[in-house]
Amino acid sequence: MTVMFELSHVGFAPGGRPILKDINLTVPAGAYWTITGPSGSGKSTLLRLLATLLTPTSGTITYAGQPQAAIAKPDYRRQVSYCFQQPSLFGETVRDNLAFPFAIRNEAFDQARALAALDAVALDASQLTAKVTALSGGEKQRVALIRNLLFKPKVLLLDEVTTGLDADTKALVHHLVEAQVAAGLTVLSVTHDETEIAAAQTLVTIRGGEVQHD
Amino acid sequence: MTNLIVSPLALTFAIVLVLIALAINLHEKIGLEKDMVIGVVRAVVQLTVVGYVLTYIIKVDRLWLTGLMVAIILFNAALNANKRAAGIPHAFAISLLAIGTATILTLVLLVATRAVRFTPSQIVPVSGMIASNTMVAIGLAYRSMNTQFHDQRQGVLERLALGADLRQASRHIVRESIRTGMAPTIDSAKTVGIVSLPGMMSGLIFAGVDPTKAIMYQIMVTFMLLAATSIGSVIACYLAYPRFYNEDEQLR
Repeated sequence: MTVMFELSHVGFAPGGRPILKDINLTVPAGAYWTITGPSGSGKSTLLRLLATLLTPTSGTITYAGQPQAAIAKPDYRRQVSYCFQQPSLFGETVRDNLAFPFAIRNEAFDQARALAALDAVALDASQLTAKVTALSGGEKQRVALIRNLLFKPKVLLLDEVTTGLDADTKALVHHLVEAQVAAGLTVLSVTHDETEIAAAQTLVTIRGGEVQHD
Repeated sequence: MTNLIVSPLALTFAIVLVLIALAINLHEKIGLEKDMVIGVVRAVVQLTVVGYVLTYIIKVDRLWLTGLMVAIILFNAALNANKRAAGIPHAFAISLLAIGTATILTLVLLVATRAVRFTPSQIVPVSGMIASNTMVAIGLAYRSMNTQFHDQRQGVLERLALGADLRQASRHIVRESIRTGMAPTIDSAKTVGIVSLPGMMSGLIFAGVDPTKAIMYQIMVTFMLLAATSIGSVIACYLAYPRFYNEDEQLR
């Protein structure tokens, strides 16, 4: 078994206020984990620690056998891709958003790739030039997701990305995520959604900043 | 130059103008009366002192003394810009470097092209003009940067999460801040002569200089301020944006 993440005694207590306490987890490569727990239990914090958007105040996290700090942050974050609950899209159009991953890699925008990605989430070619302000919540979330997936990451961290979406959009997102899992991505998904919890391959519950082993 | 004498008696009467401003302020409950009084007292004291200092510096005409005066101007300008930075770490050092570079670079160009002579009577006022305009530009840029990093926190986080480095995650904010800093200088360049008759040009005309010559000088001043505020804003913004992140490339 290849290990993707190894968390050893990880704690996060900014200003002495503990949010996560002594987390010990081993996430195998290719895993599809559903993480749940009450609001404020530290689920999102855990994902942000894995994404290096926060740094543990105690303990260590290794990624693919290396300490997180050993990898340059932009490189790390391109491999371990974090998706926000309520994404904000940049610039003016959908294209601006899909062009960003190319721009930060100093690559020319590949329109065919962007259109294929849009198609995968049931958005047609005309949406590429759509104004971000004209998109519905569900459309924004889909654009944000493919923005994370244009350059295949190794890990996808989903922070309640289906919250507030209608049933059809949820189904589209589930389909997209399952396709990523099938392609070998490691996916950690934080959710409150009952159907997602019921369908979980591996369910992890976090309560009061600690992992609950049922 | 007899038309240039403002007698102490005339100045005393001019206090009526301050009283009008104070009365409006009190009546409308704007709450600036304390600042206004401090401003007036400081203006009188500072200008009186600097008047005597300038007279002395121009009379003795020593390189080190002129340099010292320019250094004091730069220091004060940086101190003031630092106040606008509202918590950006190392803002004083950044401001000093930005204002210093903008002022000295512009001065060197002006002296090299013989637009300005290297005498205290020209170097000191020109330095003051450049430094104060750059100070205002940098102050506005800092303010804009603080507001944007606050309001667009989510957008910056997302850029970081997508694997942008600090420069890529902040580029849009840096651009907008530079734009904000330079806006007053560009606006005043656009409206100079049709809205404002700038102090320097007016002063020269007051003093009896041929208006066409005064205008030539003003054109030079306009160019010099455009250059200085852009140099200053760019340096300050590029040095300031990394301060919004910690050593783990996370937003503070």
